Amino acid sequence: MLWLSALAVTAANWAMKASGPLALGERRLPRRAVEVVSLMASALLAGLVITNLGGTAWSALNWQQVLGVSAAGLARTLKAPMLLAVGCGIVATALLRYLHT
Amino acid sequence: MSNLASGSTRTNGQALTDGIRLGAGPGAATFVLGLAFGAAASAAGWGGAVPLVFSVLACSGSAQFTLLATLPAGAVAAVAAAVLINARYFVMSVALNDSLRGGRVRRALQAQALLDASFAAGHRGNGRFDVARLVGASIPQWMGWVSGTAAGLLAAPSAHLMHALGTDVALPAFFLMLALDELGKSRRAIIAAVLGASIAAALLFVTSPGNALMGATAAALAGAVRGPQRSAREGH
Repeated sequence: MLWLSALAVTAANWAMKASGPLALGERRLPRRAVEVVSLMASALLAGLVITNLGGTAWSALNWQQVLGVSAAGLARTLKAPMLLAVGCGIVATALLRYLHT
Repeated sequence: MSNLASGSTRTNGQALTDGIRLGAGPGAATFVLGLAFGAAASAAGWGGAVPLVFSVLACSGSAQFTLLATLPAGAVAAVAAAVLINARYFVMSVALNDSLRGGRVRRALQAQALLDASFAAGHRGNGRFDVARLVGASIPQWMGWVSGTAAGLLAAPSAHLMHALGTDVALPAFFLMLALDELGKSRRAIIAAVLGASIAAALLFVTSPGNALMGATAAALAGAVRGPQRSAREGH
C-alpha cells in the first residue's frame, strides 16, 4: 500500500504538470490571460512564504522563525547575496532559540 | 534575477547555466528539507527504498510530507490530500505552456521541470518564461531534494536538533528572496504579492496550506483588472 500510494501521488504530480501542455498544445493564451500569468509568480511566492510560516491553521507559526526569515529579507534588501542572506536568517533563528532556552 | 530578464539573445546553454546558478540557493534549502523528510520517513517506518524512490520520481516536498503525515489515516484520503496540495501545478503548467516548444507530448515533458522556485527563476516578465533557465534552476533543487532525503535516511537527525539549528528558516527565506526579486519588476507585481499573501493568510484559518496556496494564485487576476498597462521596466 505504501508503494502504491507513493506511485499514485507521483503519477498525479506528473499529470498535473503536463495538464497545461496536453490541454492547450500550441494554442496561445489570450492577451488578458497572459496579463494574469505575468503576476502568477509574485502571488505564488508570497503565498508560499505565508503557508510555510503558518502551516495548517497557523499551528506552525513560530516567532523565532518569523524573525529569522525577516532578518534574511532585510539582509537581501541591503544587497547581501542570496545564500548569505538566508544564512543570516538561519543563524539569527538558532541564536534566538539558544538564548530563549 | 530581473537583470537576467533581458537575455533574449542568450543561448540555451547560457540560460541553463544561469538557471543552475539561480537554483543553487533553493537547492541548498531543499537539501535541508529533504533531510527532514528522510528522517521523518525513517521514523515513520517507511524503510529506505520508498522515500528515496519517491523523492527521485516526484521531487515534491509538499506532496511527500502530506502523504507522510496523512497515510496513517487511510491511503485513499492521504493520496487525495497529497494530490490536492499540488493543485497549483495545473495553473502553473497552463501559465508555462505559451513559452514551451514542440507538440503536446514534448511540451508535457518539458513541463515536468516545474518546481515552485524554478517557476519564479524562469519568469522573464510579461507572462513569458525562459524554459532553459527554468530547467536549469530545477537541477540543483532535484539534486538537493534527493541527496537530502538520502542523508536524512542515513543520519536520521532528530526534529529537535533541526529545530534548534534554525533549519526551518531556509525554505521560507528562499521563497522570500525570490519574491523580493519578482516585486522589483512592476507595481502590479507588488499588488499581486500583497493580495496573494493576504488570501493565503486568511485561507490558512479554514483550509489546508495547499488550498490556501491555490487561492493565493487568484491574486494574479489583478493582472486582468488593469489590462495591458505596464511599468516601463516590464515593457522591455
